[in-house]
Amino acid sequence: MSDITRLATKLMKLDDKLCGCMRCGLCQSVCPVFGATMKEADVSRGKLALLDNLAHEIIKDAEAVDEKLNRCLLCGSCQANCPSGVKILDIFMEARNLLTEYRGLNPIKKLVFRQLLTHPELFSAAMRAAAPFQGIVMRKKGAKTYDMPLMSKLIGSRHIAKLPAKSLHATYGELRTPSSCGITVLFFAGCMADKYYTSVGEACLKVLKHHGVGVVMPTDLTCCGIPALASGDRAGFVKETEKNLAVIAKELIGGGVDYILTPCGSCTATLKEWWPHYAMEFIPEDRKIIETVAAKVMDINQFLIDVLHVDQVEAPAQAHGNVTKVTFHDSCHLKKSLGVAAQPRKLIKQNPNYELVEMKEADRCCGCGGSFTLFHYDLSKKIGQRKRENIVNSGASAVASGCPACMMQLSDMLSQNEDAVQVKHPIEIYAEMLPN
Amino acid sequence: MISPTLIKDLEALLGAENVFTSEADCASYSYDGAVLPSKAPGLVVRPTQTEQLGDIIRLCYEAGVAITVRGAGSNLSGGTVPDTENSVVILTNSLNRILEINTEDLYAVVEPGVVTAQFAAAVEAKGLFYPPDPGSMSVSTIAGNIAENAGGLRGLKYGVTKDYVMGLEFYDYKGNLVKTGSRTVKCVTGFNLAGLMVASEGCMGVISKAILKLVPPPKASKALTAEFANVQDAGNAVAGIIAAHVLPCTLELLDQNTLKVVEADQKCGLPVNAAAMLLIEVDGHPAQVADDAARVEEVLKKCGATAVHVPGSAEEKNKLWTARRMALPALARARPTCVLEDATVPRSQIPTMLAKLDEIAKKYNLMMGTFGHAGDGNLHPTILCDKRDKEEFARVEAAVDEIFDVALKLGGTLSGEHGIGTAKAKWMEKETSKGTIDFCRRMRRACDPDGLLNANKITGI
Repeated sequence: MSDITRLATKLMKLDDKLCGCMRCGLCQSVCPVFGATMKEADVSRGKLALLDNLAHEIIKDAEAVDEKLNRCLLCGSCQANCPSGVKILDIFMEARNLLTEYRGLNPIKKLVFRQLLTHPELFSAAMRAAAPFQGIVMRKKGAKTYDMPLMSKLIGSRHIAKLPAKSLHATYGELRTPSSCGITVLFFAGCMADKYYTSVGEACLKVLKHHGVGVVMPTDLTCCGIPALASGDRAGFVKETEKNLAVIAKELIGGGVDYILTPCGSCTATLKEWWPHYAMEFIPEDRKIIETVAAKVMDINQFLIDVLHVDQVEAPAQAHGNVTKVTFHDSCHLKKSLGVAAQPRKLIKQNPNYELVEMKEADRCCGCGGSFTLFHYDLSKKIGQRKRENIVNSGASAVASGCPACMMQLSDMLSQNEDAVQVKHPIEIYAEMLPN
Repeated sequence: MISPTLIKDLEALLGAENVFTSEADCASYSYDGAVLPSKAPGLVVRPTQTEQLGDIIRLCYEAGVAITVRGAGSNLSGGTVPDTENSVVILTNSLNRILEINTEDLYAVVEPGVVTAQFAAAVEAKGLFYPPDPGSMSVSTIAGNIAENAGGLRGLKYGVTKDYVMGLEFYDYKGNLVKTGSRTVKCVTGFNLAGLMVASEGCMGVISKAILKLVPPPKASKALTAEFANVQDAGNAVAGIIAAHVLPCTLELLDQNTLKVVEADQKCGLPVNAAAMLLIEVDGHPAQVADDAARVEEVLKKCGATAVHVPGSAEEKNKLWTARRMALPALARARPTCVLEDATVPRSQIPTMLAKLDEIAKKYNLMMGTFGHAGDGNLHPTILCDKRDKEEFARVEAAVDEIFDVALKLGGTLSGEHGIGTAKAKWMEKETSKGTIDFCRRMRRACDPDGLLNANKITGI
């Protein structure tokens, strides 16, 4: 059997899901990539048709199909809008894995997913090593953003924030704080809030402390696994997740953890949806932990509103000084995967020093898509520019988003356009009004 | 095989970034919304200026390459599936500028690839109304709507796409620009070529510009729903409303199968025991709306509606319309393949048609739900199946044949709004005549001597 026939046979496992697409094309109306390129192969209907053709050996160029398939943010807008309810994300994840097996994993991705992200101490060391040199290689571009011409091979002409001198877990070590409200949470900061936007992680810890929520924050949690999974690296995903499961399992013993919280829509969606989806890749003991994790994991905005009801129990505060207009960007994973949209808005409204104004297309993808932006920066920028126009046209001088990856993209887009718009996480806005 | 010279010429004309030849790119323009075999073209081009259309057609036609024009590719009868591999697909979706919305003379001028919903929204923002609302309007293009003469929910009162085309510009097979109609309400300057282009499915030329009629929006509207214990009563109510000289802007029917499937999917409290439900909306001046709604209610009761409901709030109304909007999606989710038909009968024949559809579903042992635009007789019998099951799909094909037979016997038509394409081409003569087919073919030969413009569609050439 030829390699391509073997691949086609494997893809035929997706046939039941693929044939649910009735080719209506309605995904064109919501797909951010199609919106930027207007090419059928960039919208889900086109990609599903190509996979179907490859599975039936009507076409043979698997490399080309893989390239097309990777031009997708996995934002899930198509799936949320699909009349036939096709499980598009399941199909794309599975197909990326099969095509990656067929073609081999990109060596850079292999290094990142299999080594860096599975070894938190290595990842942190790399970031620590990079931080002191920033002054030399970073040029100031916006109020808080810089570009790095010497690093353009890796990060393009991106405007990024300064790396923090210390990661969150380096600052706090292994954290165990007692609960005075009867609720204890395991805090899964995620790579971004731990190593890049440490202020988001700090804000979470401040808010949880204020409400008397007990916090457990182990130091050896690794990446949630979504970058590896999205790149078709099932093995890398499993390796990362096994490490996480071992750490989490220790904490779950004795039943002291009521919730697992993250400030990142993508991490939450991964723990809640993708871990159980791939549960069969793990040993039975791990499957049980995955089930518990999926039941306990929650976005921090949702926790504060739906569990602590801070919007109902706190007396309305008075504004002091100028009121900042803020608009909210719905992260795809937060809204389309988890259905969390009202909670972050309610949280922002708790702070009287901010006035929430809605932008047009608040739930249209920002164009980041995790590693999508690294490999398709021009396309990512084009999609991000539309988001930037909507933010600026809202008249807000700040934009909030419940996902640090979105924050990075928004910050880059706004800085590239020299817009004086701050980028924040809703939890930061809420934390600002709490006493230190 | 497309010649390298033609590809080079087109690249020079359009830029290499707008000429696609790879296997994967071509394969992604090999299908549309119809359940039909796909066929990939050898070449795909995407003009960014309408003037380029003429040159593209001339170059391809002279090279003997067949031409299929494609907007969103959301059509349901195969009109945008190429006839042969020796084809070029011309994409119009980058020709998407709204050139003018004239609020004094009530018209708009648009390029072919403007998305219908975006156009309707832009018109609404200017305080006017573009009524045609095909189900695919969030992605469909204006020229695609014209080429298919797309309908929608508002057909009964407001008409369909053809009623809004005041003028067109299109390129003929030689690449020459043809102009027809005007910005005026009245225009008898020459043949009504715009009328010829409507529903022409890419067989006569390539539309490059459209002048569309706009109307003032209605000032008020009111919705009602009614449940019936049998479809005969629902059908009589539809006929009764029209006979009472009320023209609702929407008059939709959901049969029991559809109600059950939608309710299972949506849990929105639909009457699953009713044989049929009507969703009605009247619009216009507030006084007339109140008057019309009262009359509709009277007719519904007289015709034996077991329940008549007037939604109290916008939210409640929205919930009811969700049921209608979710009819096709909910049906589509029930099985892998969804064959959506649009056989249309005179309104008075709706009860008979519904009874026949039920018989056909039973006879061929198929799962079928029927919903649609009862007000204009345009029903959507929807067969749920799995096309991979050859035995089942053969029954589907036999059932579809029989549906058309019945529709024609009842004085109806093969297609109310989806077009003929290749999907219904074999039925054309049955509804019309041998003379009609011959006439159409002679006319087509005159406009397409080499038979390269979507040749297999409608009547063949």
